[in-house]
Amino acid sequence: MFVAWRDLKFAKGRFALMGAVIVLMTLLVGLLSGLTAGLGRQNVSAITSLPADAIAFAATDEGVELSYADSTVTERQWLRWARTPGVSGAEPLGITTTKAAAGGRSAGVSVFGVRPGSALVPGGGPGGGLNGGPEDAVVLSATAAHDLGLAVGDAFTLAGRRATVAAVSGDAFFSHTPVVWTGLDFWREITPPTGGADGPTATVIALNTTSAADVAAADRAAGTRTVARDDSLSAIGSYASENGSLQLMRGFLFVISALVVGAFFTVWTIQRSGDIAVLKALGASTATLLGDALGQAVVLLAGGTLIGTGTAAAVGSLVSGMDVPFLLTPATVLVPAAVMTALGALGAALSIRRITSVDPLTALGSAR
Amino acid sequence: MSLHLTDVTLTYPDGDSRLTALDGVTLDVPGGSITAVVGPSGSGKSSLLAVAATLIAPDRGTVAVDGTTTTGMTRADLAGLRRRKIGIVFQQPNLLPSLTAAEQLQVMARIDGRSPSGARARAMELLDAVGLADRAGRRPHQLSGGQRQRVNIARALMNDPTVLLVDEPTSALDHERGAAVVDLITRLTHRQATATVLVTHDRTHLTAVDRVAEMHDGRLRPLSAAR
Repeated sequence: MFVAWRDLKFAKGRFALMGAVIVLMTLLVGLLSGLTAGLGRQNVSAITSLPADAIAFAATDEGVELSYADSTVTERQWLRWARTPGVSGAEPLGITTTKAAAGGRSAGVSVFGVRPGSALVPGGGPGGGLNGGPEDAVVLSATAAHDLGLAVGDAFTLAGRRATVAAVSGDAFFSHTPVVWTGLDFWREITPPTGGADGPTATVIALNTTSAADVAAADRAAGTRTVARDDSLSAIGSYASENGSLQLMRGFLFVISALVVGAFFTVWTIQRSGDIAVLKALGASTATLLGDALGQAVVLLAGGTLIGTGTAAAVGSLVSGMDVPFLLTPATVLVPAAVMTALGALGAALSIRRITSVDPLTALGSAR
Repeated sequence: MSLHLTDVTLTYPDGDSRLTALDGVTLDVPGGSITAVVGPSGSGKSSLLAVAATLIAPDRGTVAVDGTTTTGMTRADLAGLRRRKIGIVFQQPNLLPSLTAAEQLQVMARIDGRSPSGARARAMELLDAVGLADRAGRRPHQLSGGQRQRVNIARALMNDPTVLLVDEPTSALDHERGAAVVDLITRLTHRQATATVLVTHDRTHLTAVDRVAEMHDGRLRPLSAAR
């Protein structure tokens, strides 16, 4: 790093310019990562926070993708699952999106219908949540309560029916709307009939399984199709396309960053090829020169990424208190920074490879 | 401390044929002496220097630096040999623009993995020897052409080489500064006991060297004592 440090200080303008580009790209990646995670959370947090490891959907035809919007399961199916060896829990879960109104306020909400006493409700289980309350008792997520200006004991209108706030718990979202937890009977009343099914229905079955459970056999017997809870997120209509688009943008930014860093160090190495030839002629080993150049790239990347990530975290902490769905966690800040640094270093490493091909013989003569 | 080139032949591809740059050249340079190699452009002087500097391997013949024959050595080994045994004074100073005069010398110790503290003292000693102790903190663009050339010479001596190869050191200097540079190289050769080869087209400074040899069409004429 002897020459590399001095080059960094000597060619301040060039490295400051490149550093600024890295800062801006890191900032952009950091903000996009926070936004992607924030939007993702608004889409799926109600599912990812379910105390279940698998979700059973109504069986679909071959090639038809699973969908929370299209699935309808019957009481026979969840009872069948409940009797399956290796299954410790099989809770029906009804999901629908509707409108809630209180006073002069209204908001779109996702209604999650569960059996009274179900552990699916935040703070639920026997004796909690909806257990023992009136039939119109509901549990609001914090955002739903805030948006509608409601507190425990308040009454409001949910899909045209009166509901009473039994509790405010958690801050779950589904498909960009805050979640309202109701009893399964209440949910059925506000859900458009799906037709064809006799008796109680729900949308999916939330399962808790052990390794002893033969899921495939149980699916065949119950007429369902079961996937892991996190795999079921692609069954949320908007999630796959929205998340896929944002991840694609993020991926492109990573690639562009690596290419920009690579291009800079390609030009820089070409400009330095005369100096490299001199150092080689004087006896510097290629490994020493490569280490020096890579160290320089990593210092530039680490510095730029640190500033960019710090700025992204600062901006993220500012906007996450507002209505912007920005999620500020180590995963949304540090992981993109590490990926940026790693890919940038890879781009730089590929660029400075040309050091190996610089001929020290060119240092002799009057060509320089 | 010596440099021995024995029956060295070097050819370059030239279209469908090969051009002979060095044709059976034999040269012995004892330690503490300076041998000047003169000759017209294209006579093979630079090729002789490149072979002696281990920057290019001859087609035939051997090169021995301080008793070590370079035949069959790997690139890494040759780089190590150059670091520790060979000092090169380039035709142009070839100083690194980001380094000060002292750092131009210190980098030699760094690439050899030696301690920075000892390197600093050695660099200052050599800069003092070439009359540039008061310019140690200056970068190349803050030095004159003659000063840059003196830094170039001091850098070549930084790792205490046994062989000093000097390529046209006066080509970019006026007569007075050229004479001063040759005088400096001669003094340092005797002081450091290096086996020095001075390639030059300028015959006006040859009185200062121990021997003179002339290259012509890749052949080295018999050496004659200059003094």
